[in-house]
Amino acid sequence: MISLSEYLIVSALLFSISIAGIFLNRKNVLLLLMCIELMLLAVNLNFVAFSHYLNDLQGQIFVFFILTVAAAEAAIGLAILVVVFRTRRTINVDELKDLKG
Amino acid sequence: MSVEKILFYIFSAILLGAAVLIVTRKNPVHSVLWLVVAFFNAAILWMMLEAEFLSIVLVLVYVGAVMVLFLFVVMMLDINITELRAGFVRNLPVAVLVAAVMMAEILLVVGSSHFGLDKVAAPVRHGADYNNTAELGFALFTDHLYAFEIAAVILLVGIIAAISLTLRKRPETKYQDPSKQISVKSTDRLKMVKMDGED
Repeated sequence: MISLSEYLIVSALLFSISIAGIFLNRKNVLLLLMCIELMLLAVNLNFVAFSHYLNDLQGQIFVFFILTVAAAEAAIGLAILVVVFRTRRTINVDELKDLKG
Repeated sequence: MSVEKILFYIFSAILLGAAVLIVTRKNPVHSVLWLVVAFFNAAILWMMLEAEFLSIVLVLVYVGAVMVLFLFVVMMLDINITELRAGFVRNLPVAVLVAAVMMAEILLVVGSSHFGLDKVAAPVRHGADYNNTAELGFALFTDHLYAFEIAAVILLVGIIAAISLTLRKRPETKYQDPSKQISVKSTDRLKMVKMDGED
């Protein structure tokens, strides 16, 4: 039988890889968005695993809402990305400093 | 080792391998395609966890809609990849270090000493008459109806925001304005000019 900790370890590995991805592709907004999607996937895997092993459906409900919000987030994020590219002709994070943040 | 365990290891290995390829590929298009592979394998893992509805939703919504959106955007943008890749090698040690530290910390918590089979027993598999979709739908439309409605509104806001952000008026394009067309009078179109006859 597969234990809960094995699913949690896979999810933790996935999360760590996407953390490393955020560091590696620091300049590319597109890759950053993809890494965030990957992180959400890792978190969702946690929720589903706990939902199965604790025999509680609430975890899957939570994943349902995370998926909804993540889809909206991806759509708006990519729209902003397209607008930024249209005005600046680049998606390099280092050059996006108009807000002086 | 049972068949289930072998399948779990195969799909987890593909999932993690695809994740590594996502963050290391030069071409963003390849990254998106590997992300599709990762989502497919995650869907299979969810299927093994008896979350059938969510696993199908992951394939339909994520691979079918969000990833296609990503692909469209990646292919539309004319980005300079080499410029964006600068600092990849320089950041590699920090990235590996941070990931390893995080991994070690999480492993201390989720290791088999806390969540092993002896601590959290594997649940009994549901019978063939168990319907995950029906159960999920029942919970969604009774206990979580309000949250469900809010999720619908969030999606609506997402649609409107995405469209209004990317919409632009092009001054050079010609288009018809129906309200102006309807309210036009014959005097606007026809101009009577009185002039003397010429010899």
